[in-house]
Amino acid sequence: MRRITTWQGRLVSELVRILTWLGVVLLGALAFATIALHRGEQISAMWLVLAAVCTYVVGYRFYSKFVSANVLGLNPQRATPAERLDNGRDFVPTNKWVVFGHHFAAIAGPGPLIGPVLAAQFGYLPGTLWILAGAVFGGCVQDFVILLFSVRRDGKSLTEMAREEIGRVGGFVAYVAVLSIIVILLGAGALIVVNALKSSPWGVFTIAMTIPIAVLMGFYVRRLRPGKVLESSVLGFVLVILAILAGQWISENATVAPWFTFTAPTLAILIIVYGYAASALPVWLLLAPRDYLSTFVKLGTIGLLAIGIILWRPTLHMPPLTRFVDGTGPVFSGRVFPFAFITIACGAISGFHSLISSGTTPKLIRRETETRMVGYGAMMAESMVAIMATIAACVLQPGTYFAINSPAGIVGKPADAAVATISGWGFPVSADSMHALAQAVGEQTLFNRTGGAPAFALGMAQIFSNSLGGQAVMAIWYHFAIMFEALFILTVLDAGTRVGRFMVQDALGHIWKPLGRTSWYPSILGTSALIVGAWGYFLWQGVKDPLGGINSLWPLFGICNQLLATVALCVATTIIVKTRKARFALVTLAPLAWLVAVTFTASWHKMFDPNPRIGFLAHARQLAAGVPSHEVYRLVFNDRLDAAVTGVLVLLVTLILLESVWLWGGVVSGSKQAVIREAPFVMTRFAEEQG
Amino acid sequence: MKRLARFATVLVSCLREIFDESAYLRFLRTHRMSSSPEAYAEFCEERAAVSARRPRCC
Repeated sequence: MRRITTWQGRLVSELVRILTWLGVVLLGALAFATIALHRGEQISAMWLVLAAVCTYVVGYRFYSKFVSANVLGLNPQRATPAERLDNGRDFVPTNKWVVFGHHFAAIAGPGPLIGPVLAAQFGYLPGTLWILAGAVFGGCVQDFVILLFSVRRDGKSLTEMAREEIGRVGGFVAYVAVLSIIVILLGAGALIVVNALKSSPWGVFTIAMTIPIAVLMGFYVRRLRPGKVLESSVLGFVLVILAILAGQWISENATVAPWFTFTAPTLAILIIVYGYAASALPVWLLLAPRDYLSTFVKLGTIGLLAIGIILWRPTLHMPPLTRFVDGTGPVFSGRVFPFAFITIACGAISGFHSLISSGTTPKLIRRETETRMVGYGAMMAESMVAIMATIAACVLQPGTYFAINSPAGIVGKPADAAVATISGWGFPVSADSMHALAQAVGEQTLFNRTGGAPAFALGMAQIFSNSLGGQAVMAIWYHFAIMFEALFILTVLDAGTRVGRFMVQDALGHIWKPLGRTSWYPSILGTSALIVGAWGYFLWQGVKDPLGGINSLWPLFGICNQLLATVALCVATTIIVKTRKARFALVTLAPLAWLVAVTFTASWHKMFDPNPRIGFLAHARQLAAGVPSHEVYRLVFNDRLDAAVTGVLVLLVTLILLESVWLWGGVVSGSKQAVIREAPFVMTRFAEEQG
Repeated sequence: MKRLARFATVLVSCLREIFDESAYLRFLRTHRMSSSPEAYAEFCEERAAVSARRPRCC
């Protein structure tokens, strides 16, 4: 009798389990049907949230489990480097939730916020579908497998794994791709900050104030309360809020406001000088506290945005698809394929994440089985941030969105010309409504504020003010959002400049030893100038570009980032093939093939498309055919440089692909020996723990 | 209530790890030091070499 009861109980619980998952799948399908099939009516943003949550839950439960069980064979008995090499410094066995938070804080950058905002020019549908499918089948898998493979190799970096598992070309390509992505990312990021802060005394004042605030935090944490970083970050956050409030007074004061009102070129010079100082000076006083402050604001704001969306449940005003899927968009040129997929990089799949997954995180993982939650799970959270950014962009009226994001070179400089062009596209907007909106957020104008940050800030301000405080505090929320983005990007900028400087120093150290010494000042100053000069050049090029700069820089950044993901997936596929699991290699091979298709097509278009708004060389030819001048020569040179950078990167990635395919063929046919360079198996002392 | 307390504990631990407070405590333990401006300065110096090379994601 008891046996029957147990059997019945199991059956019931199994039935409940199946029905629950069936319910989740059906709910997700309903959400997808709603967001994909509605035409001509506006839908609630909650459908996007629901589709995302159901996709992540199903993807994590089934797909990541399949990958971990069949492809990777996670072994709970195997000791991780955090356990074997525990030194209390780099290698520390850490609670999985703590590692999850640490990893998420490291991978969450401005990319998942800006990319979806720019891609919203195609409507909300292409971006949403790519963010969800790209994350579940691409980005999460990449982060997960690279994390595990690094854990099994004592926390080795992606470049080391590429060199050891594929060959010398792999290591070199990974190095060049990383350095290129850093330089182009920093140029694009700095341009976004410039476009967000130009002619905005309120924004400039707030960001300027973060410097003395960070110095104060540095003093607090070093002298008054040693090591109390959380306390000092809370203090810094309160002071930043006060700075935002004071910024309103500054912007309204006719005497003081001009002191903080700068043109784009002036801001670009200031940022370049700041970047150089940040790279060459000691970090402890200004940069480290600012980094902590930025992380604090970042995590808090992402949390606030999630709460705001749930509380307000906004309506999406952007249609699912716009006319610009044909490639004629004003924000950036190019058809929905491949450009939506390189514009939204980090929210779906980001090569840069593979550096984090093979950096600090593998040295903290306590058990091999936890790589699934940390690697796959944290990328799902990042993808959710990208969905929230899509929502923030799409709650704006489309006319407003295009008025903010379209460069003057396309819609015209005078407000009347811009609104006429945008209204002519079928997205009505008026100069009066734009003026009222600018006044409501304390700005002089919102026209031609390209780069994505101002549009995202306005969307966030709408979500926040509708959830808390109403229209009266819209300006405060807008400048809070601008401060958040600018602080965030500037932190990436100074950290990235230092990382780039170290990479160059490491390489130069092979040529002449003193150049590799990170404490030798001539080397510090020289290599800092090299890195800052490189991204500063791209920034200057963007500031002077009549099409707004972001049209060239962001796709270039997207291509670099996805090419780095291609390298990471090559490494992952090679290891899977070498472990005699070639039949499961599709798990990484499918996203790899997709990325190759996307990045190579996008690169081809950016280099050779006959449309001057898309192709660098066509644009150069068009300029060269006009009246010659120094300015024209400069623009032509820039276009050719962008084309050359794209071409060299594609060539390098082609080399690594060929080397990988050659190796896979050899291993599968048996003509090559599969040498795996994993650390030897050691039994874990955590084996008795569950999970 | 127990779950809420556990959640709060994990959240605080997470923040302490992200903001390097846990790393500082480990440093003090390893070097058998007590917290002081000098100890924190030494920790920052040691930490800077590692954290400055840590890539920050886009």
